[in-house]
Amino acid sequence: MPLRWTVNEFRGTPLRESDIPEGRVLSVRWDPNARYAWDAGIAIGRFLQGLKEGRILGVHCPSCRRTVVPPRIVCENCFRPLTQWVPLQDTGTVQTVSVCYVNWDASRRREPEFPAVIALDGASPGCGILHILGEVTPQTVRVGLRVRALWKPPQERTGAITDICYFRPL
Amino acid sequence: MMRRVAIVGIGFTPFRPLSPEVSYRELVYESAQRAYHDAGINPREDVDSFITVAEDYEEGTAIFDEYTPDQLGAALRPVHTITADGLYAISAGYMLIQTGQCEVVVVEGHSKASNVLTPSYISALALDPIYNRPLRFHPACLAGMEMARFLVETGTVREQCLRVAVKNRRNALLNPLAPYGADLTLEEALASPPAFAPLSEVEMSRSADGAIVVVLASEEATRRLKGHPVWIRGVGWCSDSPTLETREWGEAVYAHLSARMAYRLAGIRNPAREVHLAEIDDTYAYKELMHMEALGLCRRGEAGRLVEEGATERDGLLPVNVSGGSLGMGHLGEATGLARLAEAVMHLRGDAERRQVKGAQTALVQSWRGVPSSSGAVVVLGV
Amino acid sequence: MPFRRVAVVGAGMTRFMRRALETPKELAFYATRMALDSCELTLKDIDGVILGSAPDAFDGVHRKGEYLIDGAGAFRKPVMRGYVGGGTGVWAVIQGWYHVASGLFDTVLVVCEEKMSSCYPHPQGAFNAIFDHTLERPLGTNLLWIFALEMHRYMATYGITERDIALVSVKNKRNGLDHPCSHVAGNITVDDVLQSEVMAWPVKRLDVSPTSDGAVALVMACEEKARRITHKPVWVEGIGWCLDTSYWTNRDLAYPVYVEKAARMAYKMAGIVDPRKQIDIVEPYDPFDYKELHHLEGLGFARRGEAPDLIASGVANRDGDLPVTPSGGLLGVGNPIAAAGLMKVAEIFWQLRGEAGKRQVPGKPRRGLAQAWGDLMQVGTVVVLGI
Repeated sequence: MPLRWTVNEFRGTPLRESDIPEGRVLSVRWDPNARYAWDAGIAIGRFLQGLKEGRILGVHCPSCRRTVVPPRIVCENCFRPLTQWVPLQDTGTVQTVSVCYVNWDASRRREPEFPAVIALDGASPGCGILHILGEVTPQTVRVGLRVRALWKPPQERTGAITDICYFRPL
Repeated sequence: MMRRVAIVGIGFTPFRPLSPEVSYRELVYESAQRAYHDAGINPREDVDSFITVAEDYEEGTAIFDEYTPDQLGAALRPVHTITADGLYAISAGYMLIQTGQCEVVVVEGHSKASNVLTPSYISALALDPIYNRPLRFHPACLAGMEMARFLVETGTVREQCLRVAVKNRRNALLNPLAPYGADLTLEEALASPPAFAPLSEVEMSRSADGAIVVVLASEEATRRLKGHPVWIRGVGWCSDSPTLETREWGEAVYAHLSARMAYRLAGIRNPAREVHLAEIDDTYAYKELMHMEALGLCRRGEAGRLVEEGATERDGLLPVNVSGGSLGMGHLGEATGLARLAEAVMHLRGDAERRQVKGAQTALVQSWRGVPSSSGAVVVLGV
Repeated sequence: MPFRRVAVVGAGMTRFMRRALETPKELAFYATRMALDSCELTLKDIDGVILGSAPDAFDGVHRKGEYLIDGAGAFRKPVMRGYVGGGTGVWAVIQGWYHVASGLFDTVLVVCEEKMSSCYPHPQGAFNAIFDHTLERPLGTNLLWIFALEMHRYMATYGITERDIALVSVKNKRNGLDHPCSHVAGNITVDDVLQSEVMAWPVKRLDVSPTSDGAVALVMACEEKARRITHKPVWVEGIGWCLDTSYWTNRDLAYPVYVEKAARMAYKMAGIVDPRKQIDIVEPYDPFDYKELHHLEGLGFARRGEAPDLIASGVANRDGDLPVTPSGGLLGVGNPIAAAGLMKVAEIFWQLRGEAGKRQVPGKPRRGLAQAWGDLMQVGTVVVLGI
């Protein structure tokens, strides 16, 4: 039996944005109470300790000869344990960057921010971390830009990725 | 034509209330290494597919499957996540091998329950957001309500439930993996303060951290591998209604239906006789009794008496939860079923040391997903 | 070992909407009921159910798979929810395939539902928790970042312009005009895309699919059952999936290797050596316009960096030599994540049966491919269907 699909058969009732705030449609509100304290563990724990000391640490895999960051205790390519810690430079090259004008809640930002993947010097080519660029403009950011970390003063560091304020052009 | 599918490797960490020195990735890596060593395989070459079990809110990460491959040696390979207990993933792995598309499948489950700071609030998020949640009751109340109904319908008494807690906590004393072993007496258990009455504190399992990795293989693949295959004879899973208002409260319909599916595959007609060892859900002590009945290990209303008579002790006619169960090993979230499966595999291999159930050839493993769910799975193993 | 053949025999979906009156269960019910009606089955005929839904945080419902059970017809049935982020919609079909191909099930329902509008202040918030909790979330992450970073890397590597990419959005939103379930279709121009509000450069408002509510369901069956249920079964000829490392900042984002691996797996199973010649319609995942191009390359329909030519030359139009996203896709119909992926499989089903109405591609297509993608730019799921 051939089927004929017409709009009438597709069900669903679209609401207007104002229907809930204006009470035409009832709703239940709930603020989830979901809180966590994640154990950083061996590899990331040591990486964070390094940041607190003003150093960026990577790990080297003798099997595939890559030096990677963020550190991990197993090489995902070789499934060999990683135990050779390598200090990396706090300089690097922008692999890609965005000029972001919106916040996570979709509200507009007054000034854009510049998230970027930065391949760090001393790590294998293309091995980078996510961070923010600073002291740049939409006109000056580009793939291939050379940058250096701007660190928080030692007494303000807590052992977090935010111990680096941002990366700025060399 | 069904293929034979075996468990050829298991790996696990000890189960602990806290595990601050390792991340969840590192916990899984430890278990994965052990499982691969046990099976004699290299995950980068010998595995066709990987399956993880996880739920976003238990991990604190949205679309958590993102973080599953690396520590399993599964990067750039066919990997998927199932949001259910680990026995569902065993069933999925069993199906993948049955398709003929896969020969070796790895299943992983882990718990980092200690990292969740608001566990009961998170359980409450599993309640219907419109009908039930606004009533703001603790989700464990559902266990109390279910127990009350079970006692009334079956004539089971509270003391029989407490005996389950006593047995399982004592069994755990012989299990080096179990953190909650205790030489508990019935008198002490009777004095336990009520929590969600009729449920008392001692009848509720506490959470633990840990990881389990299991390697499955087709019969053809087992011939290439070292070790001692334990065969998956049957799998089954099922759900009763998620709606509190329409579900069955006095019996575990999901367990009954999932067992029926698994027994059919395994060719088991009389489980009470044919099963030598049962590792079944005891998130709450009464659940062990309720599940024994639903799984056909005894008639309805009979489980309490069997516990009283000692039939479910390690040296009894039907040993139940020799591992110590969740009451003794801790509740491992979605990994719970896998922890129990690992125990059953050890017995069938004859590797369970002082806990060994002599002559065990057929084992039944069952899981329940905890309140407020009415879902669970069953795996029948044999040698 | 020969595979047990598996077919898609029925499909149903709801309208895709920015904000639906219906609860997730009700949406799932509409789609499920329609899929069953489309092949004249009832729940009695269904042995098991596969559910798909992306992050639980949209609804704020923990264990969304449990919640959906009664809406999706899974009451007292074996039901399993699988999960590969944005790739889930197509993944669910792979999971349906393995349920039936295993011999354990004869007829199954595959149901994907997403209600994103429940999340306040914006569904974007649910995506924040996809980033690494220790190293990325403290930077104040935002989902658009990963797309903008990937799009920019793709453009910079191959010299592709925003204009090349905008053509995808124009095509898909135009195709969507013929889809009765669409809530974001329209006749727009390349300049409209280029001049739309910049969100996270290079991503602009019209490069992006919306957040949506909706559900889609399929019925899948083994060969013996399928032939009794319908005279037009649509066969699953190939399936493939792949998940890359979660260390996404260590990968070159210019090319989706994981999509290529998933496609190769599916092609091998389907006996496809030249996808460009052997596949008639493609529904690649298009949550952002550049993703369609990215995926066409990963799927082997164009060499690296050359997918824009397929669009610019009109080859990818509905009446072109290789229709790409004739449904309108996520950009043209809407993007209730898991449901959107399954909608792509439903589209191939309808197209191959000649039931796609105004969207029907000419020339009696015989084989089509649907693909989805997800996680931290990491997952490829591929299904090849044929008659």
